Amino acid sequence: MTGQLFLNINPSSIFDAASPQAARIRHLTIEFIIAASAILILVVILTSFISIKYRSKRQQEDPKQITGNRTLEMWMVGVPLILVILFFFRSLATMNAVLPDRGNHSPDIIITGHQWFWEAVYPGTTITTANEIHLPVGKRILMQLNAADVIHDWWVPALGGKMDMIPGMNNYLWVTIDRPGIYEGACSEFCGQQHAWMRIRVVAESPGDYTLWLRQEAAGAHVPQDTLARAGAVLFLESTCSSCHCVKGTAAAGLTGPDLTHFGSRQTMLTGMMANDSVNLGRWLTDPQQVKPGAHMPRFIFAKDSIRALTAYLEQLK
Amino acid sequence: MDTILVPEPEESLPNLSVSNDQGILQWISSVDHKQIGIMYLWLSVLFLVVAGIEILLVRLQLAIPNNHFLAPEVYNQLFTMHGTTMIFFVAMPAIFGFTTYFVPLMIGANDMAFPRLNAFSFWTTFFGGSLLYFSFIAGGAPDAGWFNYAPLNEYNYSSSPGIDYYCAGLLFAGIGTVTASINFVVTILHYRVPAMSLKQMPLFVWMILINSFLILAAFPSLNAALAMLLLDRQLHAHFFSAAGGGSAILWQHLFWLFGHPEVYIVILPIFGIFSEVFPVFSRKPIFGYSMVIGSGIAIALLAFGVWVHHMFATGLGNTVNGFFAASSLLIGIPTGVKIFNWLATMHGGAIRFSVSMLFAIAFLIEFTIGGLSGISFAIVPIDWQLTDTYYVVAHLHFVFIGGTLFGLLSGLFYWFPKMSGRVPDQRLSRWFFWLFVAGFNITFLVQHALGAMGMPRRVYTYPNLPGWGVLNLISTIGAFLMAGAVGLLVYILVRALNKGAIAASDPWDANTLEWTTTSPPGLKNFDRVIPVKSTRPFRDYKRPEDADWKRQEAAYTEKPPDIDITQNNSHGE
Repeated sequence: MTGQLFLNINPSSIFDAASPQAARIRHLTIEFIIAASAILILVVILTSFISIKYRSKRQQEDPKQITGNRTLEMWMVGVPLILVILFFFRSLATMNAVLPDRGNHSPDIIITGHQWFWEAVYPGTTITTANEIHLPVGKRILMQLNAADVIHDWWVPALGGKMDMIPGMNNYLWVTIDRPGIYEGACSEFCGQQHAWMRIRVVAESPGDYTLWLRQEAAGAHVPQDTLARAGAVLFLESTCSSCHCVKGTAAAGLTGPDLTHFGSRQTMLTGMMANDSVNLGRWLTDPQQVKPGAHMPRFIFAKDSIRALTAYLEQLK
Repeated sequence: MDTILVPEPEESLPNLSVSNDQGILQWISSVDHKQIGIMYLWLSVLFLVVAGIEILLVRLQLAIPNNHFLAPEVYNQLFTMHGTTMIFFVAMPAIFGFTTYFVPLMIGANDMAFPRLNAFSFWTTFFGGSLLYFSFIAGGAPDAGWFNYAPLNEYNYSSSPGIDYYCAGLLFAGIGTVTASINFVVTILHYRVPAMSLKQMPLFVWMILINSFLILAAFPSLNAALAMLLLDRQLHAHFFSAAGGGSAILWQHLFWLFGHPEVYIVILPIFGIFSEVFPVFSRKPIFGYSMVIGSGIAIALLAFGVWVHHMFATGLGNTVNGFFAASSLLIGIPTGVKIFNWLATMHGGAIRFSVSMLFAIAFLIEFTIGGLSGISFAIVPIDWQLTDTYYVVAHLHFVFIGGTLFGLLSGLFYWFPKMSGRVPDQRLSRWFFWLFVAGFNITFLVQHALGAMGMPRRVYTYPNLPGWGVLNLISTIGAFLMAGAVGLLVYILVRALNKGAIAASDPWDANTLEWTTTSPPGLKNFDRVIPVKSTRPFRDYKRPEDADWKRQEAAYTEKPPDIDITQNNSHGE
């Protein structure tokens, strides 16, 4: 079931850089790995060589009692000091390139971490969405990162370093995505019971596709067509779903849970936990605590037909 | 040979007339530093087994992707308790055990400066640990990680009493830690045998002296944070809640201002142990005695200026991050050069591969790996990618196991004959060494890769991304190998205590004063102490013709003193 969730995604290690920011960091990382490997190899060779060469022989007299050597001690401190100074200036340069001061630049997207979903707001539009974050390729984007409850952390390895989301603080991150595609990431600050299922999915699109997506997203919710889905829409408003969830264009305007206006257009549900299909949706609505223990959605005792109706409604919210 | 009278505590010692083996009642009422030291060590073994079982459950849960073996709330309690226990109730008591047992012996004293306070320190540590574990039956263990970040540690997000027990348990244990450190400082400064100048102290004692000051300066910050958190949770204060005008990030500053010195607190004494082990098993003096001390002091001072490297991803800005990058890179130097001090000690020596020395040699490589991966967190942009991932988990276990635990095991095999009067089985001990080293590397090497591939730490399960399942399974297999090795170790120790060969008083041809008394030492350590004229008094005593202080004097008269002022200056007295 989860296997197919990752069919189309790009490789997402820190070495699969898909942004100039991540590429800068990768460059520094590789330099570090070379220097560190050289030191490690030196220590391994010295340790093995000395252990073998100077192993104790039978009836041996005490070896020469050397207590120190000032020149050697200078080298032992001097060489690492030079290496360290070198890496210090390399890091300063990289830090300033990856995360320059934001100046007067206003954020292009505001992402807020919640227990356990991501809320994305696009300033200048009416768009609010969740979990699958659409961004344009080739544009230098300033992300503003916030937290609604505890500390979360935004990390998409292929797009660069991570940044904490801290209640009461605004943090910022620059990103310029090189190629279209889906990039996987995850919340990287322990944030409670469902920290594991706080996955990130960034959908990077060409400027044309992105504009199209913005237009679709800005529109109100799809009006349900068949009777089943219409019954679901009524249920959604009546059985208090609407006090936590927002579906734009309807009376549902809750702000606690993820915005569901275009829920049906997302590939995954429950923040990357499973594919967004009617079976999973049915299981979730039947007993949220069994599917994702600790999630803040209460269990409503729905009848089977009500779940079918709600599922039909939500799936049509493309 | 002329001998010197032994310093003793000024207050009278209770129960000195009673013999050493009167059963459990005598142990729990003991104020003898050797018995308290052994109780610290058993406490550490007990908690090692408990925290080990916790982490085996965690590794089982992580063996395959999308696993349902443990519920998330159970998983979170287990990894929190594992970390908290290993730091505060395994590493610290083990270090204090060796310290309490051997510092008086190594400086030629008959007990600690304050024997009753010594017992008090042990029992508050014991009580603190018990209180922490009582949380399991009081409604739930702490579940916000061992560094327990705000506001997840607040009542709104963790309403079980676990975190209250975390605060209370660590406060109690912290009192024990602080009183023990005061005791160490006074003992070392005031109760050395009169002939022993500071520059003739064994390096283990030096590291404990430095470490005790480090503890005294670091723990107030933790205690303050814990007290503030208790106020928040119990009396609805708002120190750490942004909604009430507090600051979530304040917790991180207070915690890491303690927490980073803490990681040096559990490694400096280990450097001391190795600085005893390498010279003895290489039959050479330590290379650069004053350099080892100097770098120890440098570490202790720099340790208070590096805490923000745990917070490079919290958005403090490039200026602040740059400052702490510099200090964090700098602290790597005094830590790293010690590796070369020990290599140079071995160079030209006559190396005997006892189990103690095997752990010391393995440490050189494992700790270098852990040290180098640590440097990658001082390079801020690399930290932005790798912090809070499995790469950190790999790093910290390479320094805590490859460093601290290897040092404790090296010390255990070095001092076990002295403490018990018995010799552990050599063949089994070697099996233990190889099994443990193999298990350790299998468990943690792969975790570096997992972190770079994007796996965050502290996740109770993970999606089936390419490679994640296999690497996690390898890690779990390694963990069980280590657990098997620890089981073997307990067997080796218990067997040695019951029917091990009788140990000589000086089985390793060692250098320091603890080996001049019987194995195990009598209730009164020494009646008389051999003369101390260098850092290796016992070697001087055994090889008077080649004594360090004679070579010293010869060098002193032949050449200007610039070559040898680093070493054992016998004119100091």
